Amino acid sequence: MGTVKKITEKTLQVNAIENGTVLDHIPADQLFKVIQILGLDKECKNQITFGTNLESKKLGRKAIIKIADRVFKPKEINKIALVAPDAKINIIKDFKVIEKKVISIPKEIVGIAKCMNPACITNHQPVPTRFTTSYENKHLKLLCHYCEKTTDGENLQL
Amino acid sequence: MPKSLISISDFTKEEMLHILDVAGEFEKNKSQNFLHDKVIACLFFEPSTRTRLSFETASNRLGARVIGFSDVANTSVSKGETLKDTIKMVSNYVDLIVMRHPLEGAARYASEVASVPVINAGDGANQHPTQTMLDMYTIKQTQGHLENMNINMVGDLKYGRTVHSLIQAMSYFSPSFVFTAPPELKMPQEYKDFLTSKKIPFTETEDLMEHINDTDILYMTRVQQERFTDPMEYEKVKNCFRLTASMLGGCKKNMKILHPLPRVGEITQDVDDTPFAYYFRQAGNGMFVRMAIIAYLLGAR
Ligand SMILES: [Zn+2]
Repeated sequence: MGTVKKITEKTLQVNAIENGTVLDHIPADQLFKVIQILGLDKECKNQITFGTNLESKKLGRKAIIKIADRVFKPKEINKIALVAPDAKINIIKDFKVIEKKVISIPKEIVGIAKCMNPACITNHQPVPTRFTTSYENKHLKLLCHYCEKTTDGENLQL
Repeated sequence: MPKSLISISDFTKEEMLHILDVAGEFEKNKSQNFLHDKVIACLFFEPSTRTRLSFETASNRLGARVIGFSDVANTSVSKGETLKDTIKMVSNYVDLIVMRHPLEGAARYASEVASVPVINAGDGANQHPTQTMLDMYTIKQTQGHLENMNINMVGDLKYGRTVHSLIQAMSYFSPSFVFTAPPELKMPQEYKDFLTSKKIPFTETEDLMEHINDTDILYMTRVQQERFTDPMEYEKVKNCFRLTASMLGGCKKNMKILHPLPRVGEITQDVDDTPFAYYFRQAGNGMFVRMAIIAYLLGAR
């Protein structure tokens, strides 16, 4: 009974797509940041469905995003590592998963995150931010190329 | 992009040693004229008379002419011109830009939009690499070399950018460090981690007398009242980190006292007349080192 219920729930929660990309294992509270990073909130005509606060053994509560008829370049998709380092990417064709990818954290992040140092030039002048990343013990750290201060993943603002 | 000096880490060990050699050459002979066809901009988006005069004198001693401003009042900057536009415009006129700016990272950004070399003369609390180079020059001048120094840093080790850069620069020369500071102003963890990763020994103390007799370089810094959340705490610690002549009885003969100046009472006047005081000579060295850096970045040395 339990299994049946779970499966039906899963299929009902977020509609399947014929072709496109499914982003799974996004921490529930990071859903809208992922949407923002991928620019899905602007100039995007693709059909997008998403669900959040779904059960996940790994994350507690997760979110899932399905984007029809779109495959992201690694450079684009790796940006979401800032907020969803454990995300899984499934490429869908004819309702089937044809490729699975994992996120790798880019060495350099340009123009997405905000430097948390209020005296940083990037917070006062139209300068795109630039960080080099390090990832230790599940902690993401961003070293600002300009002010040379570190922004912790926990304090990240986009 | 031409070579700039924004942060001390922009120079290799070899480049640092080269600059120090050239500075030594200029100290012996101050009249150098080989940049007589060059124009240098000194852009001070925040006033600093001491640093500006040092750079302007250095430029003049090399024969170059200087343009610029000493604060942003009555400039297009005060009308809201972006840093990028100012730097692009000035780049058209000059061969090198010296800039000081209150915002951190401003100099790095300027070096990316400029078509000429940029020297960072201080960007907020971030970097002030020519100060570091002059500190190194002074250490070499007083000790004859840079290797195996026991450097005792005293005072505000938390916010003092000069001590942080000096740690980075001296890390090439197998030093050991003593950090003498009140609990509120201790050396930040990231610099201690840096030293650990380089296997450079350091100890921490709140007692100025504890290691003073083993010290080769006593690097004093300003302890500013505004750094303390509790003014009572400042009153308590300020006397503990004040150096007087009577404390110097057991010091090593070669020990020298450095201070980036201006001081606000961390070193009492009676220290000035001891053979250990070196902070005034240190300040004077700034000109030779800045001459050497300008000459190097313009490819003339
Ligand atoms: Zn920054």
